[in-house]
Amino acid sequence: MTWLAVLLGALGCYLCKLAGGLLPESVLASPRVQRVTGALPVVLLAALVATQTVGDGRALVLDPRVAGVGAGLVAALLRAPFLLVVAVAAGTAALVRLLV
Amino acid sequence: MTDEQTRGAVGAPEPADGVPRGAGTATGEAAGPPRGVVRDALGVGLATGAYGVSFGALAVAAGLSAGQAVALSALMFTGASQFALVGVLGAGGSALGAAATATLLGTRNGLYGLRLASLLRVRGPLRLLAAHLTIDESAAMALGRRDPGTARWAFWATGVAVFTFWNAATLAGALGADALGDPTALGLDVAAPAAFVALLLPLLRGRGDVGLALGAGALALVLTPLLPGGLPVLGVGAVALVVGLCLPGRRRPPRSEGSAR
Repeated sequence: MTWLAVLLGALGCYLCKLAGGLLPESVLASPRVQRVTGALPVVLLAALVATQTVGDGRALVLDPRVAGVGAGLVAALLRAPFLLVVAVAAGTAALVRLLV
Repeated sequence: MTDEQTRGAVGAPEPADGVPRGAGTATGEAAGPPRGVVRDALGVGLATGAYGVSFGALAVAAGLSAGQAVALSALMFTGASQFALVGVLGAGGSALGAAATATLLGTRNGLYGLRLASLLRVRGPLRLLAAHLTIDESAAMALGRRDPGTARWAFWATGVAVFTFWNAATLAGALGADALGDPTALGLDVAAPAAFVALLLPLLRGRGDVGLALGAGALALVLTPLLPGGLPVLGVGAVALVVGLCLPGRRRPPRSEGSAR
């Protein structure tokens, strides 16, 4: 099941990379396609942040994850490097769990 | 740098910043790599490696084996998609949902491929390899050069360097996390969303993007009670795809619903 996701996802991503060199330029150069490929990362990452911060299966819950991701957001806004953002978030969530 | 290239730099620790723009003026195409290109490539590779450690650790915390984490880095080899796949699986999403989310995030690499095609001029099997190495870092390093020979060196050197460091670091992170134990006690369950925040922020240029991100997050939460794990994120992506392709050509989209454009 996990391997299926790994292999299918890898295939999909590889075909995206390959398509750029093979498709006629008119397809990928169209403003609509460029707009969508530009917006997709923003949209998907935001959706991932939201669901993984307060989502738990089909329920929405407020737990120490919110504090952790919030602290990570502050670190990212202060232009902390990637690893520090992750460490601050994880440390905050762990600390809140310990205290609450 | 055009808009879609800079904003597409997901998964890159802003590699373009470290590229000396003038470094490509001394070509030396036949003699070997132009000065500075290999050094820059190694620098980007090392920076990416630090990031690969956290990917390996995160993948194992989300329930993947070390082998699966390394397989992702070797076969998928595009950071944001890998984080997304692991995140969706960790949240209980289906294999198909995880693979589809990763693929949608990988579409931007197609744009790099398009822009690199005329620059690299590769044929045959080499083309298949070039496609695999087409990622944020290699595209940013190559597309920033004026001279085609330097651009080619930058592409291959960066691609190979990042591939090497990224995979080695993934293995190290995965083995390290295996030894650590309970991921929740260490707060590792928020490592994935925090990583997404760090990837997302550099992409937000202006209020339109912030509105887009907020709208997408809100729509994902609305869909969460309605759909099984992994599908809310994919549903938001699908809305973005449909709305973005159906809205008329050049006009900036209205921000109503904010879910997509």
